[in-house]
Amino acid sequence: MTEIGSAPLTGDTMVGGDDVIEDARASLWRRWLRNPSALIGGIIVVLVVASAVISLVWTPYNPLAVDPSHALSGPSLRHLLGTDEYGRDVFSRLMASSQVALFVGFLSVLIATVVGIPAGLLAAERRGATGQVVLRLADILYGFPALLAAVVLAAAFGASKTTVVLAIGISYIPVFVRVTRSNALVVLNSEYVLAARAYGRRPLAIMRRHVIPNILTTIIAQMSLLFSLAVLAETALDFLGLGTAAPAASWGTMLQSSQNYLGNDPLLTVWPSVAIVLCVLGFSLLGDGISELRDVRSSR
Amino acid sequence: MDATRRLARAAAPFLRRVGTIVVALWGASVLVFTVLNVLPGSPAQVILGTQATPQAVRQLTAQLGLNKSLLRQYVDWVGGLLHGSLGVSYISHLGIGAQIAQALSVTGPLVLFALVIGLAIGLPLGFIGAVRHGRFSGSLIGGLSQIGMAVPTVVAGLLLVIILTVKFHVFPTSGFPGWSDPLQALRSLVLPAFSLGLVEGAILSRYVRASILEQLRSDYLRTARSKGLRVGQALRRHGIRNAAIPLVTVVGLELASLIVGAIVVENVFALPGLGLLLLDSVNNRDLLTVQDIAMLVATAVLVINLVVDVSYHLLDPRLKGQS
Repeated sequence: MTEIGSAPLTGDTMVGGDDVIEDARASLWRRWLRNPSALIGGIIVVLVVASAVISLVWTPYNPLAVDPSHALSGPSLRHLLGTDEYGRDVFSRLMASSQVALFVGFLSVLIATVVGIPAGLLAAERRGATGQVVLRLADILYGFPALLAAVVLAAAFGASKTTVVLAIGISYIPVFVRVTRSNALVVLNSEYVLAARAYGRRPLAIMRRHVIPNILTTIIAQMSLLFSLAVLAETALDFLGLGTAAPAASWGTMLQSSQNYLGNDPLLTVWPSVAIVLCVLGFSLLGDGISELRDVRSSR
Repeated sequence: MDATRRLARAAAPFLRRVGTIVVALWGASVLVFTVLNVLPGSPAQVILGTQATPQAVRQLTAQLGLNKSLLRQYVDWVGGLLHGSLGVSYISHLGIGAQIAQALSVTGPLVLFALVIGLAIGLPLGFIGAVRHGRFSGSLIGGLSQIGMAVPTVVAGLLLVIILTVKFHVFPTSGFPGWSDPLQALRSLVLPAFSLGLVEGAILSRYVRASILEQLRSDYLRTARSKGLRVGQALRRHGIRNAAIPLVTVVGLELASLIVGAIVVENVFALPGLGLLLLDSVNNRDLLTVQDIAMLVATAVLVINLVVDVSYHLLDPRLKGQS
């Protein structure tokens, strides 16, 4: 390693030219492959995303196609994972459900980051009244975990995928405010930011050139972790009947309808469970892996 | 004089935190009230159905106090909450306070039971995972807890039912017989509590492991070991207390997430607790009950957060004087 490890790679303090950056990228790739969390998590996430993308154009059967003559048939060559109580192909429904999970996960994390990160940066930069107001607003949202927020929104507006996305997104805003603020404060208190201020750089330019590049990895790791929590919350809400409406497939609704067949056909419960655990595991491992990659010390 | 001033200085950060929590609770009440009340459509119409005459709707609206201004309704609601009066349900005509108290007699024990299970699993697993770090058993515990964290409570509940009830008929699948028969009541709480506790235990064990590993890598523990103490001895004498401080936070946060998790589990096992009452109220459009329960849960989450914050300062003398 050259001096990249200790010096921030950005802005005024950048050393070296394109070669150094190329080197850093190659070494990041190598470290990625050597980090089990990042590697396994990455593979699972790629698989889930691939299944969602493929299901947009192709699934073995139409996930909504009812076939009463083949209801509750176990795994076979025709239906790899069997069929449900309406004779719908379980494998096709699992694939279609991954779209819902990724849709809800992506949009809710997007809402939380779009609001939470600027708010966190603002709270770090303006430590006076403005910062206090931002933090107190975050406190209020902190009282509403995803599930509670979803119930309140469902009571007011009726249950839908939109209320689920909004509820999860809003409930994660305070997390991003806090993570962004505390990480940004570390950068803002550093000597090179002091130097940049003395040099006459404006706050926005400091944010762009110093703060954001330095906290980006932490934020991305946090996004991956919250994505996994969003999938968990979405499953619970769909199970409670507060999200995706039947007959559309989602892992949560599949679990809900499997409840009536726990004795006769426990596999109907097992398949969506495995899918959920894999998806959540993938995103949380990826998040852990990214934080470990950031911490150069732990990768040695 | 000097003593009172010292006391005031010690209490100041605490009072400031209480102040922020009061502000947060006020904000939460405005938020809940606004979301549930600004929508067009009258609860009276919902109760009486589409066939009702406009006159009947107007009469019931007045009877429910819904013809007053929104501000007036808000003040009445919060005033009632502060006096411990939660109002009467539009739908069931029962006192909401009594219904919530009844529901809490199920949810409260369930959450405590689950917390005990979570601690009983998480603390030893995390401890062993840290001490055996880098060895096979340590990695195994780490891997299992990572998977455990990815299991939704619903899944844990359904799988436990399949294994323990459908196959072996050990526990009842659903329902609650009431506390008149404490043994049967506890029996019907076992599976729900394990569904919650197993997952929380997995999460907890990761924090315990991380916290103890951090102590194991500290300079003072290395000194203790170099003076001849074994890992376990050194941890018992020096590390545990330091490792315990961040764990107070985690246990507090777990308690909050157990309360929310109970909403799900009660619906899996048809337990007549707060979660079932909340979901039923949503389905019946019993908005006042939803409003009250939402406020109650938000208050619980925020107060737990406050208690954790304050106890953190009390436990760690190094933080004295900092806010």
